[in-house]
Amino acid sequence: MTVPAELPEALLSEPMVPREYRVVSRRRETHDVVTLGLEPLHGPGSPVRPGQFNMIYAFGIGEVPVSASGDPAAAGPIVHSIRAAGLVTRALCDSHPGTVVGLRGPFGTDWGVDTAVGHDLVIVGGGIGLAPLRPVIYSVLANRERYGRVSVLIGARSPADLLYTSELQSWRSRFDVDVRVTVDVAGGTWRGPVGIVTELIPRALFDPASAIAFVCGPEIMIRFAARSLVDHGLDPANIRVSLERNMKCAIGLCGHCQLGSEFVCRDGPVFTYARVGRLLAIQEV
Amino acid sequence: MVPRSRVVIDRGGLQALIATLRSAGYRVIGPTLRAGAIVPGEVAAIDDLPAGWTDEQQGGQYRLRRRDDDALFGYAAGPQSWKQFLFPPRSLLWRASRIDHGEVATEAGGPVDALAFLGVKSCELAAIRVQDRVFAGDGVVDPGYRGRREKVFIVAVTCGSPGGTCFCASMGTGPAVGPGFDLALTELIDGNRHEFSLDVGTDRGEEIIGSIPSRPIEPEDEAAAHRVVEGATARMGRTLEVGGIKELLYRNYRHPRWDDVAGRCLACGNCTLVCPTCFCHAVEDASDLAGQTAERWRSWDSCFSLDFARVGTGRVRTSTRSRYRQWLTHKLATWIDQFGTSGCVGCGRCITWCPVGIDITEEVRSIRRTEEA
Amino acid sequence: MGIEPLEVLLRDHPFFRDLDESDIQFIAGCGRNVVFEPGAYLFREGEEADQLFILRHGRVALEIMVPGRGPVVIDTPEEGEVIGFSWLFAPYRWRFDGRALEKVRAVALDGVCLRGKCEDDPKLGYELMKRFASILVRRLQSARLRVIDIYRP
Repeated sequence: MTVPAELPEALLSEPMVPREYRVVSRRRETHDVVTLGLEPLHGPGSPVRPGQFNMIYAFGIGEVPVSASGDPAAAGPIVHSIRAAGLVTRALCDSHPGTVVGLRGPFGTDWGVDTAVGHDLVIVGGGIGLAPLRPVIYSVLANRERYGRVSVLIGARSPADLLYTSELQSWRSRFDVDVRVTVDVAGGTWRGPVGIVTELIPRALFDPASAIAFVCGPEIMIRFAARSLVDHGLDPANIRVSLERNMKCAIGLCGHCQLGSEFVCRDGPVFTYARVGRLLAIQEV
Repeated sequence: MVPRSRVVIDRGGLQALIATLRSAGYRVIGPTLRAGAIVPGEVAAIDDLPAGWTDEQQGGQYRLRRRDDDALFGYAAGPQSWKQFLFPPRSLLWRASRIDHGEVATEAGGPVDALAFLGVKSCELAAIRVQDRVFAGDGVVDPGYRGRREKVFIVAVTCGSPGGTCFCASMGTGPAVGPGFDLALTELIDGNRHEFSLDVGTDRGEEIIGSIPSRPIEPEDEAAAHRVVEGATARMGRTLEVGGIKELLYRNYRHPRWDDVAGRCLACGNCTLVCPTCFCHAVEDASDLAGQTAERWRSWDSCFSLDFARVGTGRVRTSTRSRYRQWLTHKLATWIDQFGTSGCVGCGRCITWCPVGIDITEEVRSIRRTEEA
Repeated sequence: MGIEPLEVLLRDHPFFRDLDESDIQFIAGCGRNVVFEPGAYLFREGEEADQLFILRHGRVALEIMVPGRGPVVIDTPEEGEVIGFSWLFAPYRWRFDGRALEKVRAVALDGVCLRGKCEDDPKLGYELMKRFASILVRRLQSARLRVIDIYRP
């Protein structure tokens, strides 16, 4: 059954009206991904929990859902990594510090990092899927002693498509987290593993009986990674996935984001694999 | 639920009701004859109502026929429902203009008329209740819908003339009127009289009928009203077995019947347009050429459109098969998990207005039958 | 050259887990220790394929030279894995280049010797084929998932 949305008061009274935010920082990650820092023009911002998303509006063009990809513990601008794939995202990726955009949110379910305390963690991110997972990684590393063994498994098309490369390096240099990165195909200068990200799962160290997985990326990658994790002994209820569908309202009313009976904007985007695994396997559902 | 009748009014009383509503500031919307169909339109007097007309409906067929009496509400359901007033086909959500330093000023959509719906059939009232749960239920409430809904005055009508595609009895939405009305009528017409039993549902309704001439209801009036319901229940054009329907459809995502219906379905979306509960809509952003003013509009959308569901830059449901399955499964199954009731009220419009006459009750029957086989 | 006898090195390797002691000794007879410095080629495309490498340490890039693009890495077997299957079937020629990405220690098993032993002892041959097939199926699935290019925008 439906769960009441816990939206900020202002949003509840006018859920379809964006608030004005100014771009305060811009950083190019790859040829088609840009990370923007946004601050509200008036009043305080609404904190976004890891896994949630905002609807970001390019004036007169349109709105898109973008997951939070910043550090939830840091005060300051809201951080979003955006991939230029259509009219709206291209306009947003072209924006520079000073540009005013619209923002509605935050919406959706979160990764529930707090409920994973005490468990081994397996974080699997493919391509742009690493962006919604970065807040999880920040959160976990900031409170490292609360968790068991932590594995971060990252895949991308090629080395040039890897996100957050300088942070990847600093994560890899830690002794208390196992970070493995693979690419689908590489040139001669890449000395790391080549293969699909699911191949990193057999080598990760975790207690299958209690490990909690966080998986995000192209839906087909989620499907195969989740299956592989189940094959390695994880409980489907302990595998959390972040799904994506086109969204127009983000408040469970326009109907576009439905996956079976789930509204991805409201019942998701984070789901357990136990809840959506069957739906992922049905063609064109 | 059989309404507890309170009073009886005659045609003069109904005329007085319309006049009272108008002078109370309501625009009265009632059934009218237009372009060969009975559709909601503005009414000022009972002469504007389709007296003596009924409709004949089958899969892909709708035509009007003269009755042998002058019943004012003696038809089933026309192509348009009350949805167009509570959830308009196109509405402005907001307009914004650029001011200084890149900042923007926003204004919401305009003021709302007070409407009185005259002649809301039991299935249609059920559909309004269904949409109430969508737009003003447990989730985020749509302010526009709530604003329009609060101002609407509903005069419901017990259905006495179900059509060839009707199955409200199967869905538990009629022919007797359920909750949600301000006033409810049952048309009592035979060779000797033309009256209406009148039930009051709200204080607002009580107030409106205060000045209307009426007489107390007699046991024979109640019996007549009861016979209307019984008679209508027995004359349903279709039936739909609803027991375990959610689980049935959840089990059968791969059933070959979906391929069968895909061979007939045109994905034209008529069913979603005429359906009184379909709520899917598009949200469009636009600006003027100078980029100084922007508007956000909401408009009806249909899950039958190819671009309705996307993931990344690709379409999720490219086959007609998957889109028909989405519509039917949503209407009869996933809706229950989402909102606690079925999305279907048994009005039969989707059957009547499908160009190839696809029958939702037959599709479900076929899946159920071949499962049991 | 390693101090430990080959049988011990093979027995420790995941590919030979649960194999009979006598079979491991049998196979060790086909093998020798090899070491490759970073950048050195284990094998080149087109050369006669006569070896199977049991990787004990280090990562190997399986590469194809694509004119205009340079070497393209398509797989990276590492310690605990096995590289080289072209010796199994005629025409016994390497299809790709195998290049050490870091210092690689392996046991190289002679293909002719191994094929002969499998023919003589079908039971051992079948057991080895099952293990090869399992690796190949996994690699095939991985390759197929990459063929569909899941990250395509």
